[in-house]
Amino acid sequence: MLRFVVRRLALTVPVLVGLSILLFLWVRALPGDPARALLGQRATAESVENVTRLYGFDRPLHEQYFTYIGALLQGNFGSSTQTGQPVVELFKNGFPATAELAFCALLFAAVLGIPLGYFAARRHGTPLDNLTVGASLMGVVIPVFFLAYLLKLVFAIGIGPLDFLGVFPTAGRQDARIAATHPTGFYVLDGILTREWDAAWNALKHLVLPAVALGTIPLAIIVRITRAAVLDVTGEDYVRTAEAKGLLQGTISRRHVLRNALLPVVTTVGLQAGLLLSGAVLTETVFARNGLGSTLFNAITLLDYPVLQGFILAIALMYALINLTVDVLYGVIDPRVRVS
Amino acid sequence: MTLIAPGSGSPVGDPFDGPTAHAEERGTSLWRGAFARLRRDPFAILGAVIVLTFVIVALAAPLLAPYEPARAQWGNQVTPGSVPGPSAEHLLGLDAFGSDLLTQLIYGARQSLLIGVVSTLIGLSVGATIGLLAGGIGGWIDVLLMRFVDILLSIPSLLLAVSIAAALGRTSTSVMIAIGVAQVPIFARLLRGSLLAQREADYVLAATSLGLRRRRVVMNHMLPNSLGPVIVQATLVLATAIIEVAALSYLGLGEPNPTVAEWGRMLVKSQDRLETSPQLALLPGTLIAVTALGFTLLGEALREALDPKFRR
Repeated sequence: MLRFVVRRLALTVPVLVGLSILLFLWVRALPGDPARALLGQRATAESVENVTRLYGFDRPLHEQYFTYIGALLQGNFGSSTQTGQPVVELFKNGFPATAELAFCALLFAAVLGIPLGYFAARRHGTPLDNLTVGASLMGVVIPVFFLAYLLKLVFAIGIGPLDFLGVFPTAGRQDARIAATHPTGFYVLDGILTREWDAAWNALKHLVLPAVALGTIPLAIIVRITRAAVLDVTGEDYVRTAEAKGLLQGTISRRHVLRNALLPVVTTVGLQAGLLLSGAVLTETVFARNGLGSTLFNAITLLDYPVLQGFILAIALMYALINLTVDVLYGVIDPRVRVS
Repeated sequence: MTLIAPGSGSPVGDPFDGPTAHAEERGTSLWRGAFARLRRDPFAILGAVIVLTFVIVALAAPLLAPYEPARAQWGNQVTPGSVPGPSAEHLLGLDAFGSDLLTQLIYGARQSLLIGVVSTLIGLSVGATIGLLAGGIGGWIDVLLMRFVDILLSIPSLLLAVSIAAALGRTSTSVMIAIGVAQVPIFARLLRGSLLAQREADYVLAATSLGLRRRRVVMNHMLPNSLGPVIVQATLVLATAIIEVAALSYLGLGEPNPTVAEWGRMLVKSQDRLETSPQLALLPGTLIAVTALGFTLLGEALREALDPKFRR
């Protein structure tokens, strides 16, 4: 098992090195002077010269790359051209909010999606099945931020005779009037840890709509994959054998069908991580939550290159780690993967 | 590459020993059969109708639209608190800039089709070339190209598109390139996988035994047989592309002129009027979803029609 993890980890390294080269070249390919791109448009000639010397933009390209990698390995990702805050600090500030949101979105998608997909497959061809498939199709084609608008309109703002539905807050992570302490930065967790129940409840209410908006595409995908996997497995010989042996239907479903069908589902859930991170850019902006996504949004609007560069690298690293975890999990569930 | 020794038996079943094929399909090509199956699938027809309507509206926009687009000539009727609703002159009312909403929506179809098709063509041609080289030549070229594709895949596609669009500047062209490049890994992997699956097929062995050059075997025999999944994917990717254009607009990348008719941009610009004039967001948003639905239905029906597993 350990060998499998190590070998899998070794495969990630060249990808990250390649990515760092691409991102390094990216800032240098930007229109105009890289120093000016890093400093922003209002930079003085003097500071441009300083940065040029500091980053060595006047030196050969390969030397510049090694300086850049050296800084990265020491945890120096540069500073925002807008606020002057170090990129690492911005990332630390935004991370809890986004992790909280992504976790809830994925929970919503998996808890609802796996049973839905399973039952749709078990009742293959019935109206329930058709309804599930149709609804999951709608989930994939609605743009995330349009769905976020719709949810906000109906469940936060409230429209016409349905305005009693508008019970959720429209923006932020917690009401400003609540003076909660935040030891971890994960607001719901903080409320539970400090036993400030109203703060936890309030933070949770702020999470519902963004999590549903962000979780809908993964939900639709998980439903479809689970359904397809269960349908696939149900036709297998070993299921027929189990039935012929006279096993209870419940045992067959749990031990034979579900366990084997879950393999592709686990991979899919893992692959949604990247989608969640980019979806968070859109969702957090609509619901005005301060997280990685909204920080990235600001960086994109203001073309804050150090932040963009650092965040993309960090997100790719997280993405790689999540994929690694998924692969390891896969090895745990399916012994065949470990040996091959 | 291991070749199956003659007489050892192919793992692929004999195509003619299955249950009796449909009489009407016998003797027709794969694509003719697929088309016949598509015509019997109600979802495929729905998808085709949506796609066809979208394409016609996009192409005939100047004939269909009641006014010229992006003129904002009724800007004086728009106040911060309200936008004029439907009237005799303006069937759907005005947009937030004082242009006719119906006109903007019709021209928006044009913009979505143009960006969607061009970006998918970029993704398809670059991706397929990489996939063809990797799957057709193999060896170290395969390893090198696939590691490059892995790097592209390590960035979520929307962020990849964002980085490219940010580097290229705010124009429609840079959005097309950005979305296209973000699709490259999908097509590259797909075609490579598809080619690798063909490599062991009997007809490849036959062609090789006849002494055909490798290039000829790949280009004339393996490639045409591997294109099915790629075409299906292109249809599905068109749906994603139309949604991603909207997402990039939302992020402030793309055409800088705020009055240009583009569904994603119209949706974004309506954000602060959500309470007072929800139609400004609902109409373009619904159009994006319906168009994406059309391409998705068509693509999935095509996938099933081409997949021998689904042949009934």
